[in-house]
Amino acid sequence: MDRRQERELEAQRKAAMAALALAPADELKRLCSEAGISGEAEMLRGPETGLVSVRGRIGGGGAPFNFGEATVTRATVRLPSGEIGHAYALGRDKEKARLSAIADALWQNPARRAEVENKILSPLRAAQVEADATRRAETAATKVDFFTMVRGED
Amino acid sequence: MYVAVKGGEAAIANAHRLLADRRRGDRSVPALRIDQIVEQLALGVDRVMAEGSLYDRELAALAIMQSRGDLIEAIFLVRAYRTTLPRFGYTRPIDTATMQVERRVSATYKDLPGGQLLGPTFDYTHRLLDPELANDPAISEPEQREGDGQRMARVSEILAHEGLIEADGELPEDHVPGDITREPLEFPMERDIRLQALSRGDEGFLLALGYSTQRGYGRSHPFVGEVRIGEVELELDVPELPFPVTLGRIRVTECQMVNQFKGSAKAPPQFTRGYGLVFGQSERKAMAMSLCDRALRAGELGEDITAPAQDEEFVISHSDNVQATGFVEHLKLPHYVDFQAELDLVRRMRGEHDKRNRSDEPEQREAAE
Repeated sequence: MDRRQERELEAQRKAAMAALALAPADELKRLCSEAGISGEAEMLRGPETGLVSVRGRIGGGGAPFNFGEATVTRATVRLPSGEIGHAYALGRDKEKARLSAIADALWQNPARRAEVENKILSPLRAAQVEADATRRAETAATKVDFFTMVRGED
Repeated sequence: MYVAVKGGEAAIANAHRLLADRRRGDRSVPALRIDQIVEQLALGVDRVMAEGSLYDRELAALAIMQSRGDLIEAIFLVRAYRTTLPRFGYTRPIDTATMQVERRVSATYKDLPGGQLLGPTFDYTHRLLDPELANDPAISEPEQREGDGQRMARVSEILAHEGLIEADGELPEDHVPGDITREPLEFPMERDIRLQALSRGDEGFLLALGYSTQRGYGRSHPFVGEVRIGEVELELDVPELPFPVTLGRIRVTECQMVNQFKGSAKAPPQFTRGYGLVFGQSERKAMAMSLCDRALRAGELGEDITAPAQDEEFVISHSDNVQATGFVEHLKLPHYVDFQAELDLVRRMRGEHDKRNRSDEPEQREAAE
């Protein structure tokens, strides 16, 4: 595999992990149980909850500064077939982290990737896209349309 | 001699049991659920997250429930909880230009790209109580409209083209962002540390200080260049992965205050800026923060420091409501021995005072005669 393909694969894995992190916990648990992937995986780390310090930038784009912390839960698993999966997500849901790590590990196995994509990631992504579109449309409805009052004869 | 006094264990235990009872209140009224607080007291939850300096809605809601709605007590609980957790790292700085915007208004540009989006605001409501709410009326779904999907540039980027507004605040390349959760406060401090303290600072305190600058105590001629509220993605660099991992999204409020500035020995006439960035939907807090940020830059911009809001040590030392409440409220704890000592001292001083007055009296009479 050349460097370009490797990068592409990394970008895909990053996107897959992002979809898992953004997923509502209940939805992820339901999809995993339907897909039958709650299964046997060795826990290498966690699931454990900790903090990240959240950074912003002065003025929006300037020097970074810390402005608060957020709870994050992470997990690392190893599948019987050897793949190691990681998960990080905001919040304190340990089962979500464990399932996400298993999904990440399965995703790395080319033979299982399509299954993870179709049964887990696709529905999650579709739901996220729809939720975002709804929110955007609701916000757009509150956009101010200015009009000019013409006063006088000319 | 030191005499230790013990006692009160039973009283304390019973007081806590009474507190638990009063917190729950009338058992015939259904108990609140965490999700009800998260959904329906969302802005109270946001305030606890911002000033507790911990983004976790369910925890903040639990804290509000446990504190009977006393938000400073809830903030205290959240701050105490966060000390029990390990730190995984520092996120990449959020990019507010890519925010999924839920509200965005500018008081300086009517027609800015992306437009004025009012979002779920209290502005333009009549502030009339609505008794109907008590009957849980059906609430209609929000209106929807096709958005134009325009990228919403930060308002500072618009003015920047003319060179009339200062850039985003830069610090030296090698500057490591300070962290007041790791190092004690030291004065004077850099702007990054000040902003961290302001972001978790008490909304009421910062609001009053911001108000004071408007009333003339350190006037800064402010305009709201932009307020935006919405979700941004968090990313964290971790050693086990070759890319920054996405953690999820958080909702933040950002305020870009733009201030007319007549120039000084240090800087030419231009628009200067104050910045506010706060967890959750917390517009008042973000605006107050940006007013305070600008006021506290007086020294950097060569302005005279004449007002409380410009005094860094005064503002930052007193902005934390957990520290403030701790020190104020500790006064009610037993000070029996201190007070005994003071009582003794005052008694002695009074005795000496009276004695002096008595011995002074004849002379005073003489002098008067």
